[in-house]
Amino acid sequence: MSTLTIRDALHDAIHEEMERDESVFVIGEDVVAHGGPYTVTEGIAERFPDRIFETPIAEAGIVGVGVGAAMAGMRPVVEIMYLDFITCAMDEVVNQAAKMRYMTGGQASVPLVIRLPCGLGRYIAAQHSQIMESWFMHVPGLQVVVPSTPKDAKGLLKTAVRSPDPVLFFEYKRIYTAEGEVPDEEYLIPFGEAETKREGEDVTVVAVGPMVGKALKAGVILEDDGYDIEVVDPRTLSPLDTETIRASVGKTGRAVICEEDSSFAGTGAEIAAMIAENCFKDLQAPVVRVGMPHVPMPFAPPLADSVVPQVDSVVDAVRRVMA
Amino acid sequence: MTLDGELAKRMYSDMWRIRLFEEEANRQTGLGNVVGTLHLYCGEEAVGVGICAHLRDDDYILGTHRSHGHCLAKGALMDDMMAELFGKETGTCSGKGGSMHVADLSKNILGANGIVAGGIGPATGTAMATKIRGTHQVSVCFFGDGAAARGPFHEGILMGSLWKLPVVYVCENNGYQQWVRRENVAVVDSVATMAASYGIPGVSVDGQNIVEVYEAAEEAIDRARRGEGPTLIEARTYRYFGHSLGDREEYRTREEVDEWRNNRDPINIFRGYMSERQWLTEREDEEIQAAAKEDVAAAVKFADESAYPPLEAAHTDVLDTEWRVDA
Ligand SMILES: Cc1ncc(C[n+]2csc(CCOP(=O)(O)OP(=O)(O)O)c2C)c(N)n1
Ligand SMILES: [Mg+2]
Repeated sequence: MSTLTIRDALHDAIHEEMERDESVFVIGEDVVAHGGPYTVTEGIAERFPDRIFETPIAEAGIVGVGVGAAMAGMRPVVEIMYLDFITCAMDEVVNQAAKMRYMTGGQASVPLVIRLPCGLGRYIAAQHSQIMESWFMHVPGLQVVVPSTPKDAKGLLKTAVRSPDPVLFFEYKRIYTAEGEVPDEEYLIPFGEAETKREGEDVTVVAVGPMVGKALKAGVILEDDGYDIEVVDPRTLSPLDTETIRASVGKTGRAVICEEDSSFAGTGAEIAAMIAENCFKDLQAPVVRVGMPHVPMPFAPPLADSVVPQVDSVVDAVRRVMA
Repeated sequence: MTLDGELAKRMYSDMWRIRLFEEEANRQTGLGNVVGTLHLYCGEEAVGVGICAHLRDDDYILGTHRSHGHCLAKGALMDDMMAELFGKETGTCSGKGGSMHVADLSKNILGANGIVAGGIGPATGTAMATKIRGTHQVSVCFFGDGAAARGPFHEGILMGSLWKLPVVYVCENNGYQQWVRRENVAVVDSVATMAASYGIPGVSVDGQNIVEVYEAAEEAIDRARRGEGPTLIEARTYRYFGHSLGDREEYRTREEVDEWRNNRDPINIFRGYMSERQWLTEREDEEIQAAAKEDVAAAVKFADESAYPPLEAAHTDVLDTEWRVDA
């Protein structure tokens, strides 16, 4: 085991996959000059100069090129500087990448990874802080991956590179520097397998991305209340491991779903509906969602901090379902 | 490759095969066998055939909503294509794509595309893939004049030029974008002039004259294969049918259509060219047309006799569900 940050884990995953497979290449804005804004691709240009492409500021072009290269058998790892800019390439993601396999009756494979730095980082307001997992969860043909730890980040990104279908890979800016243990030997993490990050008896807390760390902290605080929470990290939102969530709710009878994105029509809404459909008889309290209010990200730091769910938000929600 | 009698006959035959396939597909909509919509290629045959005549089997093509002709010219089977239009399980895409998504990946026909300009980025990407691998395959992207208005046209060609990728951008300028005349919504007449913004050659050719298309294509494809980068070819052409099914065609006159059909028909022009060189006898001409007609009839029969896909097919091919990581 080594202690790595998420940023380093992602960096290592890309290097290892490029080493292993000549069809892997990196494409995106500033990926050479600066290793991307979060330096994840640092060093690749020195090691694999022919397999990294620094692009003009042309997101539709970047993703479009990725789609074509993937259809021709390459494995592009696309970086979109900020998730927010993926809206400039929605056709390429939603109409091209996602539907190719289906529309061609299974002939086409689009092994494309799109890395998406997302969420509140520094305070840079509404066009540089979004989270849009649920937008893409809604599109058949896309896989949505959200790591919360360095170990998951590395294992999931390596799996993403090997996947025969497109992957939207969400990297939360605020946890790039989070540290954790990462195995030294090669490992992959399958999609559609949640991990229970903490076992508990009283409440199932399904937490996405950075909410996992916050939920774990909440778990410690809640011990003083005498509440023992279970924290389930889905790790991939599409495919979604409904079985692990159902089994956990079956055991605890209570569910809190936490995400940093707006709750309205979001990830938590899907999970809550799934729980309602499958675990109605197990539930001892209504399902509660924790998320951002339905507003764009404000600039002023006190405002931004007030809308992003924190440890306290999880604590409050658990107390509510236990009341 | 110099254009000789043998090759010319094959190209002439391809033009007929496309013309008759399209006319028959149109007729089949009247019979209710082809549903949805169709964007017919009649009148534009010289472009697809003149370009694809230079392509190797492993070269890539990507297209538009109006791509039956491109696919046939690149070697897609007529039977499979007609079956796809019928929505049958024997279709190129097992009935899951239809007219706007005909694709045959075994022939590197990466597909028609329902999104205007949707193929330009991906074609640039297939070119990038082959450049990285050093296989000297060329990618050709067909698109209409309408595509030149969209951002992906700019972004894709910019990257194709930046990295000198082996790709040829072929604009079929038929003067209309759905029901709108190009001049009402465009600020430059010739799409070819836009090539200057990307530092690549832009060539405008008479798309009704297959020899002109063939010659321009040869230069552009050779250039791409040599690793010297993309070319933007604009072929001035015309579509005989409405934009798609049910077009009332109020935006153009009968006389205009007749003028193109009677005096600028690509098949007639090529027939004249071949006859002058004694490359085509009347008998051969008849045989070529009869064979194309037979192929089309056989394709209709094949499509008609094929079954619709089983209902479970609606639920497959979303993701590769067989795939597992070797964790
Ligand atoms: C992005 C997008 N916008 C609009 C449409 C609807 N549409 C389909 S074909 C077409 C006209 C395209 O004109 P052009 O590119 O010149 O091709 P042509 O039909 O003339 O061959 C339009 C507006 C579409 N398919 N995609
Ligand atoms: Mg047009």
